Amino acid sequence: MPAGKPVTSTWCERCGEALPAGGHAACAAARPLEPPRYCRWCRRRMKVQVLPAGWSATCVEHGRLDGAP
Amino acid sequence: MSQILDRARGQVLDSGTGLDEAGVLEILRLPDELLPAALQLAHDVRMRWCGPEVEVEGIVSLKTGGCPEDCHFCSQSGLFASPVRAVWLDIPSLVKAAKQTAATGATEFCIVAAVRGPDARLMKQLRAGVEAIRAEVDIQVAASLGMLTQEQVDDMVDMGIHRYNHNLETAKSYFPNVVTTHSWEERWDTLRMVRESGMEVCCGGILGLGETLEQRAEFAGQLALLQPHEVPLNFLNPRPGTPMGDREVVDPKDALRAIAAFRLALPHTILRYAGGREITLGDLGTREGLLGGINAVIVGNYLTTLGRPATADLDLLVDLSMPVKALSATL
Ligand code: SF4
Ligand SMILES: [Zn+2]
Ligand SMILES: [Zn+2]
Repeated sequence: MPAGKPVTSTWCERCGEALPAGGHAACAAARPLEPPRYCRWCRRRMKVQVLPAGWSATCVEHGRLDGAP
Repeated sequence: MSQILDRARGQVLDSGTGLDEAGVLEILRLPDELLPAALQLAHDVRMRWCGPEVEVEGIVSLKTGGCPEDCHFCSQSGLFASPVRAVWLDIPSLVKAAKQTAATGATEFCIVAAVRGPDARLMKQLRAGVEAIRAEVDIQVAASLGMLTQEQVDDMVDMGIHRYNHNLETAKSYFPNVVTTHSWEERWDTLRMVRESGMEVCCGGILGLGETLEQRAEFAGQLALLQPHEVPLNFLNPRPGTPMGDREVVDPKDALRAIAAFRLALPHTILRYAGGREITLGDLGTREGLLGGINAVIVGNYLTTLGRPATADLDLLVDLSMPVKALSATL
């Protein structure tokens, strides 16, 4: 988590809606086969690049996440 | 045994002549009890006319998102409220992707861009990318950059692109329900030019767009007319924000019937598992499809979604005693 940000993430990485509002069971179920699309800290849409054996997702404010596969 | 399976045995298995549209429809309508027999026949056809090898491919998106077209299933259209943002892949990352793909034993690496058709910048990026891959990786390079002009087709031949993918996506009669910014015939024109250029033609589509079984059969018949070298079979993975985002995924039994039916329509083609198989068929269904007519897979991730780890598919092929097609067999 980036320094100076809240301890818990606020936004759903898949649908971009507020996490505390609930209703993200389908998002959680889908995530193993999808990279994140929204920054969990600021809700910005991230620049996502999927590669055959990994992915990266970048928020202009909060930096880059990498994942495998 | 049903009449259609008897007929298919004689015509497709023994003579190598694919079923026509009416025959395909009968397969798509088979009752569940006859599905295992249909899959077994499709598997026998694949073994007889294509052999046990499985062609393994990796794909990568060179230019993601921001497409001006409106294919209603696609998260990369810039016309829908999809969360997919436009990004370009740099050449070192493209080469890295080709290396990751080759490391799985794959013989095919397909470079894809979300465009109506390529512009000069994209053609330049493709040429640079193909040259960089050639210098470092031993793999066949394919491309999928939308609709082409004759000049672009010639350029791709010159670059050494060995296969070009351009999907018709669905039956001609249903296409206007899926895409309104270009026509099925425009897609067909590109395919015709690719065919005449000597590049291999890769053309498939997506099942589960709301087409009827009749239209599914119509689509198989239209592909059989084209006789593509490869047919990638996708199942709709409903993408948030697209007009088809709320559709149900294809019923797994219907998906398996379609696999058997497409194999019986196209006994000689490379029939590839593409997107959506994970959510449609799961692990068990994936195995059944490979024993029901499929003889090629995309391993690893897709363009905007993720797949199973390549090792899961490769282990399955070992388990099924299906050798991965070697590079020497593709030249
Ligand atoms: S042309 Fe391709 S990238 Fe563009 S919207 Fe249609 S399917 Fe998506
Ligand atoms: Zn959510
Ligand atoms: Zn952020």
